[in-house]
Amino acid sequence: MEANDLINLAYVVAATLFVFGIKMLGSAETARRGNLISGSGMLLAVVITLLAEGLDYKWILGGLLVGGAIGLVAARLVKMTAMPELVALFNGFGGLASLLVAWAEFEKIKASGWEVYQLETSSNPTFSGFVIYAAMLIGGVTFTGSLFAYGKLSGKLSGSAIVFGGQKAINILLLAILIGVGAVFTWSSDLELTYKLFLTGVGLSLLFGIMGVMPIGGGDMPVVISLLNSLSGVAASAAGFVIANNVLIVAGCLVGASGLILTVIMCKAMNRSLGNVLFSGFGATSSSG
Amino acid sequence: MDLILLFFIFVLAAFLGLELISKVPSQLHTPLMSGSNAISGITIVGALLAIRTEEQGTMGMILGVAALVFATINVVGGYVVTDRMLQMFKKKEK
Repeated sequence: MEANDLINLAYVVAATLFVFGIKMLGSAETARRGNLISGSGMLLAVVITLLAEGLDYKWILGGLLVGGAIGLVAARLVKMTAMPELVALFNGFGGLASLLVAWAEFEKIKASGWEVYQLETSSNPTFSGFVIYAAMLIGGVTFTGSLFAYGKLSGKLSGSAIVFGGQKAINILLLAILIGVGAVFTWSSDLELTYKLFLTGVGLSLLFGIMGVMPIGGGDMPVVISLLNSLSGVAASAAGFVIANNVLIVAGCLVGASGLILTVIMCKAMNRSLGNVLFSGFGATSSSG
Repeated sequence: MDLILLFFIFVLAAFLGLELISKVPSQLHTPLMSGSNAISGITIVGALLAIRTEEQGTMGMILGVAALVFATINVVGGYVVTDRMLQMFKKKEK
């Protein structure tokens, strides 16, 4: 219990550091220091989490080393001009991580059954179902959407907008199915059924991420990445609701909200509205980006 | 933890986030995006907590470790690349 209090107290400090970090990143004189402050908040959150009981340190050390090495090498070696697309790629990985965290929690429920899980975590099954699905859906869309944006920016995919007849109708239908599957997933307690629904949801959300970015031209990708960055924050926040963790909820929500504002600011700088960028399909010709 | 309490802090964090940035010079758009992307890697905490010694089964373990690897790439890479961007920005100023 005492260890838990200490951990939660450290989370409050970490969240505060994130707030200062974002604030300072918004002005030229303080930006670099702001990034360091936010980074130390992250370090604190990670180190203090290691005090939690029952963790498997062998696998954790391995995961941290592998991920850290890949991230460090990629960030160090990337050319200055290729940085935005690398950010898109990193952002996609963050979304994927949130999806996987929600999935791992669902596996736990599947292994123990809803009743035991509910007793252990004093959670509400409907709410758990809802946030698991939300974290998976938003994380999945962020993942493939960011990968697609990365492909367009890096020139691995054609930068031009891909538009075809009935595209909007297909996307709306896809979204409707995603919501429908989610509704049944949330209210059903049949684990066999919900597992199939979950996997269907994973596939559809990954598809939806691609379909959503497809009709947007390469020149508008910075705005799209900014929006996807905001979404990855929301995904982290949803994952925070899944495991009832306040630092995930606060930090994710901060990124979600401030990222949305930044996206709008970027649109204004281009003299466009967000809706125009997302749905026009003319971005390839109208922007120099 | 109490669900309503969690929702309460979520709403407050949303308003704080909306107010946090107002006028950002356009050269800082990309670094700010990159820096807040690194923060969204906070899901690394969720990944750490998913890697446990008890029960959960092989699949849960694989998912947890995969989540940790991807989240760590996001966090470490995100902070380092943001720092490099801002370093470049400072040189331009002079």
